[in-house]
Amino acid sequence: MDLALSLIVLLPLIGMLILFAFGRRIGEPGAGIVATVAVAGSFVIALVLALDLFSGEGSVETVRWFEWLPAFGVEAELRWDQLSTLMTLVVTGVGSLIHLYSIGYMHGDARFGRFFAYLNLFITSMLILVLANNFALLFVGWELVGLSSYLLISFWFERDTAAAAGKKAFVVNRVGDVGFIVALMLIFSVFGSLGFDTVFDGAHNGELTGAMATAIALLLLVGAAGKSAQLPLYVWLPDAMEGPTPVSALIHAATMVTAGVYMVARTGAIFEVAPIAAATVAIVGAATALFAATIAMSQRDIKRVLAYSTISQLGYMFMAVGAAAYVAGIFHLMTHAFFKALLFLGAGSVIHGMSDEQDMHKMGGLAKKMPVTFITMAIAWLAISGMPPLAGFWSKDEILGVVFERGGLWQVLWGVGLATALLTAFYMTRMMWLTFFGEPRWDEGIQPHESPKLMTIPLVVLAGLSVVGGLVNTPFKLTLEHFLEPVFEAVHLAHAPEGSVAWILAAVSVAAGIIGIGAAIFRYRDRVPAEDGTGWRLLNNGYYIDDMYAGVFARGGKLGAAWLAFRFDVRGIDGAVEGVGSLTRRVGGWLRPLQTGFVRSYGLAVVAGAVGLLVWFLSRGGL
Amino acid sequence: MDFPILSALIALPVAGGLGVLLVRRDELALPLSITSSLVTLGGAVWLLFEFESGEAGFQFVEKSTWHEPWGVGWHLGVDGISLLLVVLTAFLFPIALLASTSVTHRVRQYMASMLFLQAGITGVFLALDLLVFFIFWEAMLVPMYFIIGIWGDERRIHAAVKFFLYTAFGSALMFAGILSLGFLVSDQLGGPTFDFVELLGADLTRTAQFWLFGAFGLSFAIKVPIFPFHTWLPDAHVEAPTAGSVILAGVLLKLGAYGLLRFNLTLFPEASVDLVPVLAVLAVIGILYGAIVAIVQTDIKRLVAYSSVSHLGFVVLGVFALTTQGLQGGVIQMVNHGLTTGLLFLLVGMIYERRHTREISEFGGLASVMPLFAGAFLFTAFASIGLPGLNGFVGEFFVLIGSYLSLPGYAVAAAFGVVLAAVYLLWAYQRMFTGEITVEANRGLGDLNLREKVIIVPMAVLIVFLGVYPKPALDIIEPSVDAVLERIEEKTDYVVPEFGSTTDIAVEVGE
Repeated sequence: MDLALSLIVLLPLIGMLILFAFGRRIGEPGAGIVATVAVAGSFVIALVLALDLFSGEGSVETVRWFEWLPAFGVEAELRWDQLSTLMTLVVTGVGSLIHLYSIGYMHGDARFGRFFAYLNLFITSMLILVLANNFALLFVGWELVGLSSYLLISFWFERDTAAAAGKKAFVVNRVGDVGFIVALMLIFSVFGSLGFDTVFDGAHNGELTGAMATAIALLLLVGAAGKSAQLPLYVWLPDAMEGPTPVSALIHAATMVTAGVYMVARTGAIFEVAPIAAATVAIVGAATALFAATIAMSQRDIKRVLAYSTISQLGYMFMAVGAAAYVAGIFHLMTHAFFKALLFLGAGSVIHGMSDEQDMHKMGGLAKKMPVTFITMAIAWLAISGMPPLAGFWSKDEILGVVFERGGLWQVLWGVGLATALLTAFYMTRMMWLTFFGEPRWDEGIQPHESPKLMTIPLVVLAGLSVVGGLVNTPFKLTLEHFLEPVFEAVHLAHAPEGSVAWILAAVSVAAGIIGIGAAIFRYRDRVPAEDGTGWRLLNNGYYIDDMYAGVFARGGKLGAAWLAFRFDVRGIDGAVEGVGSLTRRVGGWLRPLQTGFVRSYGLAVVAGAVGLLVWFLSRGGL
Repeated sequence: MDFPILSALIALPVAGGLGVLLVRRDELALPLSITSSLVTLGGAVWLLFEFESGEAGFQFVEKSTWHEPWGVGWHLGVDGISLLLVVLTAFLFPIALLASTSVTHRVRQYMASMLFLQAGITGVFLALDLLVFFIFWEAMLVPMYFIIGIWGDERRIHAAVKFFLYTAFGSALMFAGILSLGFLVSDQLGGPTFDFVELLGADLTRTAQFWLFGAFGLSFAIKVPIFPFHTWLPDAHVEAPTAGSVILAGVLLKLGAYGLLRFNLTLFPEASVDLVPVLAVLAVIGILYGAIVAIVQTDIKRLVAYSSVSHLGFVVLGVFALTTQGLQGGVIQMVNHGLTTGLLFLLVGMIYERRHTREISEFGGLASVMPLFAGAFLFTAFASIGLPGLNGFVGEFFVLIGSYLSLPGYAVAAAFGVVLAAVYLLWAYQRMFTGEITVEANRGLGDLNLREKVIIVPMAVLIVFLGVYPKPALDIIEPSVDAVLERIEEKTDYVVPEFGSTTDIAVEVGE
């Protein structure tokens, strides 16, 4: 068990080391195969280990690697429970498929080996994050996925935009990390340990008082909002689309960005005693969901549609975990991983087939040229739009149900979620129509073609998962909920309504989806509206929030820093220091004429001094 | 008597330096001095393995009295606070020497200066007699002055004089402090003494503690440097040759923090406890201010210099947090900063040797022509940013969480330093390494050569090792810093805060 569990993390680590050392020599496609085998190996091991847990016979296991930071009561230790199992399976499962796809997608890239080294680094980091048994190791994984994200967004570093986007992602995430770090300070000050068991048991046993619990939970939310691109820290994710598309699929849609959701779920015991913070999580989630969906409606770049869509869907997950519907949140995390990875990979296939064109206004009519891409993406489109019986329907419906069931003001959030569902269906339909239907609007010389098998096979597998993935947790059979229940023993899980209410809610949300789809089809059925009015421009530019940040923080910050550096530091502080120096020199200069070098003047001075002393002594009353 | 290993660690570089001067052949200067420093390193490594970690007191003590009436003697010893710094010094010197191949002018004098500098620094870390300490402290200034003043860049004289006068000003105060301390205790201890261990037995009045804390502290604060005494540092770094910068950032700055921890905290505990707010404020200002000012620097060496101000702020905050985690973090941060910033300066030196400029705007797109160099730079930058898995993380983590226990507000403010570090280093990386090549002269640059790889690899290995598995280092440090804390608790009414004091903090947050 110990070795097997360790291998889940070690295989991609070894893959990464091999590729860093010999990636160039192994070349193409060997490097891709090494990386894919490493991740697939992790997946197989995880699946085998998971079978025991699935059957209900297995137990929670921990593996201690080495003594690490005894001063904080933590070791380098992994935790294998139902939640980390599920996360591991999603990460390695979707990860393997995207590795495979990347072999095709990255064909011909000059740094093919390096790309896969980074991908394996990401998988290793993400596995550390989800398997960590304490906050310190979780934080290690948390930061390392940030590193992987940085490296992969700016993979094509020759492009200034890519390099800037990578930096922006890392820095914005670090802003969130400040919250995380301060949360760790508070946690340690209360419990004297950063170990999960100590902290969660303590929180459960009432060692965490109201204000402190709220503070810790809100600070954790700040960290989570950074990683999971929630308001107001979402601005890095749209830019992250500068990375190669498989990266967008794996890291900026399916896995890494869900780390915040995972973290809130993992620390449910803390949010349980901090209801205000939990409600804040839900409100942030709902607001982000609606906000990002409106922006997604107006984007022309196919990847940016999907980026804002991801932000919006992550908002759903936050809404769920904030409402203590942890299972629903994790459930949507999983189904979203399937259909959103599929959408991104599909978009990658389109971009690949269109010679790197990403503007949907220059696409159209691709359905016939790229049948596999079209059919698989169509499945994902219906899934994210919440059409039964596809995966997205079950998970989204459960979230909306739980939020509705909590009653009171929570039903406002339900309304927001419902509106978002409608918008989601609208913008996804818009994307599908502009891309695959209508007249071709391709630039001259572009010859769209279906992608190679290496790329379409993962699409087909993910399409399958997007169809059946939702069946693991239906109101008729709550398999996932029963599986995850032991993890959430300490919290009161919120549940979806049953009976007629459930049917009505489902009908309403499906209706919203159908309205959204219908409206979009009607609008885009035979034309491409210019969409350049004031309102559209506002949306297209994301309400100019990013520009505002750039003005205030980037430009304003630089001006302030420049004032400090070149005025205050150089003229103020150092000016004072140099001033003392030159003052000394000046005083020396004044005194210098006294040192004439003539014995007669020295003699005169001696005599004058002697006379002076004599006068002084005499005046004081004699010798 | 056992072999006097500590004296040997000081004597070896002196002998090496004299040897280099006596052998009148320039081409032998580098091999001879590197050999000398490698032998010293061997001794230091032996010391590291023979050291009993888990013990708080001084080990390998050497003691012989010079002048009984004044209580002056040759007293050396090493404990968990100084051991790693001694080893770091021994480790950095051969590397710095290997990075000095571009020195072609008065080579023997240069190599000898470096070796004398090594002896001086090692002596400061090992000395347990305040006068001996002071002699080393001053002795070390001279070779450093020459290194900057003779082998430096254009404005080297200005920088060297500024460095010398600024630190000498501090030293003068400290010398007065040492003398008055030595004689002040003569009533209590039956005669004047400058022996650190004996001095620990004396009780000083509160007023005396304050004055002496000031006299010692100002000198150390200049050396660290603590804001606002930092402006000599960027000048000195920019003008110093690469090896000079490496040693300056790598170990010289640590002497200040080491002095505060070794002498101020233990000899003047009451004053230390009372002055915690002052030091904490300055430390946090240093962390944030150094980082903000670093962002907009146009000279990469100045940028790294200001980053040192920020990183050393973490050290000071950790030390004056007066918690075991904070102090451990402070000490390990000293070691880590020595490695990462040392390596950053080495890398900057490598590009300077190729292009003879340090202006960030002169670069751009270097990653396409120098991929290995770019990778090494990014690696080091992330170590400096405090990325987990690399060494910088450990110190910051210990300092931040450790200082929260005693100085919550300051710790929270300091946490913003982690954002700023990412801003200034990643932006510098972006401007120097990414994008298209903008300056033609950069197009033909060669990537790392064998010598440069030999310089980088050992440092990188340590950076990863200490990042992943810091426990051996922490085991060495912990007992000694705990002893310092115990002493403070014993001599003052300060109580090291315990975790789990839920209610107190909850009230604070609630308000």
